[in-house]
Amino acid sequence: MTDSGLPNPQQPPNPHVDRIEDPMNEQDTHRPGDVASGEEFGTSAVRLDEGHIVGHGGIPEHFENPGLPPHTPRTSDLNEAAAKRAEKVVGALFGLSILGTIGFVVAYFGVDIRATAYVPGIGVMGLQHLLLGVCMGASLLGIGLGAVHWAKTLMPDAEVVEMRHEMRSTDEARAAVVQTLNEGAQSSQINRRPLIKYTLGGALGLFALPVVLPVLGGLGPMPQKSLSLTFWNGGPSGPGEEPTFKPMRLMRDPENTPIKASDVTIGSVFHVLPEGLLTLEHGVLEEKAKAAVLLMRLNPQDIKSQKELDWGYQGIVAYSKICTHVGCPVGLYEQGTHHLLCPCHQSTFDVTEDCKVIFGPAKRPLPQLKITVDAEGYLVSAQPFREPVGPSFWERG
Amino acid sequence: MNALAARRRHPAAIAILLLLGLILMGAAYAAIAPRPAQAAVVSADQVTEGKQLFQANCASCHGLNAEGRKTGTGDYVAGPSLAGVGAAAVEFQMGTGRMPMRSPNAQAPRSDVVKFPAEDITKIGAYIASLAPGPAVPTDEMVDPTKGDVAKGGELFRVNCAMCHNFAGAGGALTRGKYAPSLMGVDPDDMYLAMETGPQSMPVFNDDNLSPQSKRDIIAFLTATHDYEKPGGMALGSMGPVSEGLFAWIFGLGILVGCAIWLGQKAA
Amino acid sequence: MTTANPTTARAADGLRAGDQPVSAPPSAGARRIGGVAGWVDDRTGAAKGVGYLMKKVFPDHWSFMLGEIAMYSMIIALISGTFLTLWFVPSAGHTIYDGAYTPLRGVGMSEAYASSLHISFDVRGGLIIRQIHHWAALMFIVAVVVHMFRVFFTGAFRKPRELNWVIGSVLALLAIIEGFSGYSLPDDLLSGTGIRAMQGFVQTAPVIGSYLVYGFFGGPFPGEAIIPRLYSAHILMLPALLIGLFTAHILLVAIQKHTQFPGPGRTNDNVVGFPVMPVYAAKAGGFFFIVFGVIALVAGLVSINPIWGYGPYDPSPVTAGSQPDWYMGFADGALRLLPGWLEFNLWGYTFSMNIMPGALILLPLVYTVVGIYPFVERWITGDQREHHLLVRPRNAPVRTALGMAGISMYSVLMFAASNDIIAIKLHMSINDITNFLRTAFFVVPFIVFWCTKRICLSLQRADRNKVLHQRESGTIIRTPAGRFFERHDDLTVYERWPLVDYEAAAPLQLTDGVDANGVAKPASRGDKRRARLSHFYFKDVVNPVTPAELAAAHHDGHGHEAIEGPSGH
Repeated sequence: MTDSGLPNPQQPPNPHVDRIEDPMNEQDTHRPGDVASGEEFGTSAVRLDEGHIVGHGGIPEHFENPGLPPHTPRTSDLNEAAAKRAEKVVGALFGLSILGTIGFVVAYFGVDIRATAYVPGIGVMGLQHLLLGVCMGASLLGIGLGAVHWAKTLMPDAEVVEMRHEMRSTDEARAAVVQTLNEGAQSSQINRRPLIKYTLGGALGLFALPVVLPVLGGLGPMPQKSLSLTFWNGGPSGPGEEPTFKPMRLMRDPENTPIKASDVTIGSVFHVLPEGLLTLEHGVLEEKAKAAVLLMRLNPQDIKSQKELDWGYQGIVAYSKICTHVGCPVGLYEQGTHHLLCPCHQSTFDVTEDCKVIFGPAKRPLPQLKITVDAEGYLVSAQPFREPVGPSFWERG
Repeated sequence: MNALAARRRHPAAIAILLLLGLILMGAAYAAIAPRPAQAAVVSADQVTEGKQLFQANCASCHGLNAEGRKTGTGDYVAGPSLAGVGAAAVEFQMGTGRMPMRSPNAQAPRSDVVKFPAEDITKIGAYIASLAPGPAVPTDEMVDPTKGDVAKGGELFRVNCAMCHNFAGAGGALTRGKYAPSLMGVDPDDMYLAMETGPQSMPVFNDDNLSPQSKRDIIAFLTATHDYEKPGGMALGSMGPVSEGLFAWIFGLGILVGCAIWLGQKAA
Repeated sequence: MTTANPTTARAADGLRAGDQPVSAPPSAGARRIGGVAGWVDDRTGAAKGVGYLMKKVFPDHWSFMLGEIAMYSMIIALISGTFLTLWFVPSAGHTIYDGAYTPLRGVGMSEAYASSLHISFDVRGGLIIRQIHHWAALMFIVAVVVHMFRVFFTGAFRKPRELNWVIGSVLALLAIIEGFSGYSLPDDLLSGTGIRAMQGFVQTAPVIGSYLVYGFFGGPFPGEAIIPRLYSAHILMLPALLIGLFTAHILLVAIQKHTQFPGPGRTNDNVVGFPVMPVYAAKAGGFFFIVFGVIALVAGLVSINPIWGYGPYDPSPVTAGSQPDWYMGFADGALRLLPGWLEFNLWGYTFSMNIMPGALILLPLVYTVVGIYPFVERWITGDQREHHLLVRPRNAPVRTALGMAGISMYSVLMFAASNDIIAIKLHMSINDITNFLRTAFFVVPFIVFWCTKRICLSLQRADRNKVLHQRESGTIIRTPAGRFFERHDDLTVYERWPLVDYEAAAPLQLTDGVDANGVAKPASRGDKRRARLSHFYFKDVVNPVTPAELAAAHHDGHGHEAIEGPSGH
């Protein structure tokens, strides 16, 4: 604590008198036995040229809290005309609020919901929306600004002091509580009757279980093999489902039309889904979230991985679109560098090297889908994905 | 001392001096900066004229016969081969001011300063088209936004384009300083040409990938949403939550803290 | 309006004595209110409490309004949110849109998305309410964070307010989860991508990851359960927790009374300010309307979360510039910065150390570190006293520097989330930005710590200088004898007081190694660590000017030693 109490109320310090003119002035002559300033340092302060004197010296150890500064009135306290002006401003602000409210009501009923207006700096925007926002803003700001201005100019601005009390309860109060607790425990006989005590502990400890268990147990099905299967395995791949593989055509997303190998030129990218997915009755999004595939054609000489060439078809390669980081679709294909970029966290995959990760937070390369062509020249899957697609999980292996 | 020297310590003096310095530098650069070359045409035949224009302005990067040129450092290319890019690519790259590229860069930015008149661009396009078959320039009807299905175009745009160009076509980042440019204020023609030719990093969306009808749908979607009113007010660049958060911190907090400071000040 | 003679300075405890009784007779309106109030008091005995509350004094500083901004924004979000629940359909069921927004006509989407479009385009005033709701949510969390900074840097979390600080930390964490669940409800492409990322990283949790996600989502992603469940969390579970904890937070402030900055008349045992009736009722009440008005104005002029542009959620498309709302940015940034090689396989199990630290550990870790800080500091400083006077940040250099270092780490992560936006706007490479931020995360906090601490110490010395030598006026005075000196302007006692009203600090000393009987007592490792940390906190101190030093300065005239004080450097 730094304050040793407030100054003597009988003699408040007045900082504007009794101060030596310019204490930095070297020409101040020090009269013998004098001190620099009587009020500041106390009457028993000692000058430094008086030799070594044991004792406190009358200079307090710390500065004292000077107390509240003198109150300076505002113009609206002194000048009735200024107060009237303040009143008018407050009134105008409250009036602005009323106008805003009226404007809001008029705009709400009177303006067509489809009407637009050009606003400089914004462009063409919804007119009703603009008016509702501005009028509501005026309606609320008017009250707020008016109330605050009223408080600042007309309400008393003399500072008020409220004393604090120590937060801690008195020792008697604490003792009383302890006593009540003890008496209560004694009179409930819990300490004399251990059977009650232990069975109570057991019951209270367990009662939450019937509440918690249905929630935990019913939240969702066990994943089973669902995270490792996709629609390319032959059909719906939810928990408990066991699709059997059959070659499926690669279909354009969202047009749902099959793709001929000759359609895919070097430098192009197709967004692909398996045949039959888009026409499912339900579960479309769930299957899409695992089955989305990207189809690209590269010059076979640019492909450095033999496995990639083998699993592709004449330089046409198909890779899972689901990022192996946290599952966003890796849509950005840079035709020139043959890089795939995921927009979420910038994982970058090199298509010439079997989509291995060359930058970013992903670890595993994108799984490749082995493709071939069917009798009519359309691209089909030759086998399902050989590893789970998408983000890692503990039991992935 | 004179009036100017008397104000040399004015707080605005530094700002004014800096401004003067900047203006002087800018004027000096503008005066001595190289101007783009003007080609003199000699022959009457379009393809021949195109070839002469090409060799005068483009061959230094793309090779004398448009075969492409390497820089000599590893795999870096000064200019790729133009065989098979078609008149469409020439129309797109030169018509949007991207080519001739001002300086070697990760990407050629779009520029409002188109350095060649339209006839010259057509001639060069004719020359390039004569080298190998490639995509042609679309007709007006093929790029007419009023003939496209806006909703379908939106679906196609979101699957094929939004991941690079952003949901509103405001542009997005690619790796190593490349970017997908903003599509605001782009002509329907250039949209079609870009889809068809796959400039620079953009994939080629040939007619078997996105049919001409699909391309027109996408153009219709972009035109409608760009012209469409901004229903909620200022779009803050359509960049998503980043600009919204920035706005909240700077303007939202700024205004409210300003009000709080005003609230606490003693009245006059 | 007349007041007491303004030129006499009144001592602090002299103020209460001068209360004047109300002499004017009550008006008819006042009598009617008095009647109702009497009716209520007859049945509840509320007069005493209400009277006490109305006379409560609140100190006046603009930074104390930051918590109010948060509170009011939360209330505004609650009100506007209630409106939205009248139209929003929390269902993932499939529907074909047939409403007013033509670019989406005929497109398949979820009921949640369709109802959000309905609110935006077909309900009168729907869009303004939606935008007020989202802007209020953003301002809420902005204000919570800035309020937290104010409380931290002024030391307001010290005894008796540690509990309130912990409640506040929990509130901050709940607020960002509430925000995340809220903006995911419309099921648009952008927020759905965020949910997909959430599913992806929860899935990587060791052992239970796949069970957790199938539990959250009620099956494979996206499933039909997540939207209704997020809705339940957003309108029921989280608001209940938020309102309950926030009420406790406010009650504690009322019981413990608000802290105040040091100043003339302000001591650790009083509160100086203005009473609720009428000043603070008007100011704080008015401020609610100001906050609401500003949010309404911004909502009318500036678009937020344009869901119609994003389109309905589908796992196949994605937009460039996919970020969560700003308050989740630090987690997303961590996901971007963590390099992929941290993931490894062992015994057939995958340990995704490139995802877990950023996604699952970071969020609770940050809020835990924040929450326990008061207790850590108390252990280090050994300070068991109640503190109601705030400390200017410069007077606690190490605390301030630690806070700034923590903020800088948080900021590096937050900016990392917008690395692709920075790349296109500033024409830079995202790879370079990412690599730079990866290094910056480790390097910047140390630099910031050191700079902040030095700045604080310098500011403290500047304060000492001001007290010892007052303000240099720039006016040169020449004496007839030919000497030049600069006149120093006076510092009144009222101006001087805040500059000297802080505690001289010193590190804790280890006690003797022997006990009363001379037996060697090894100081426990805890004590040694404590002394070391205390030394770290207090080895560089600049202590406040004492009257003795001021006297020395006056007499010396050129005593530069007096500036440094006995223990500073």
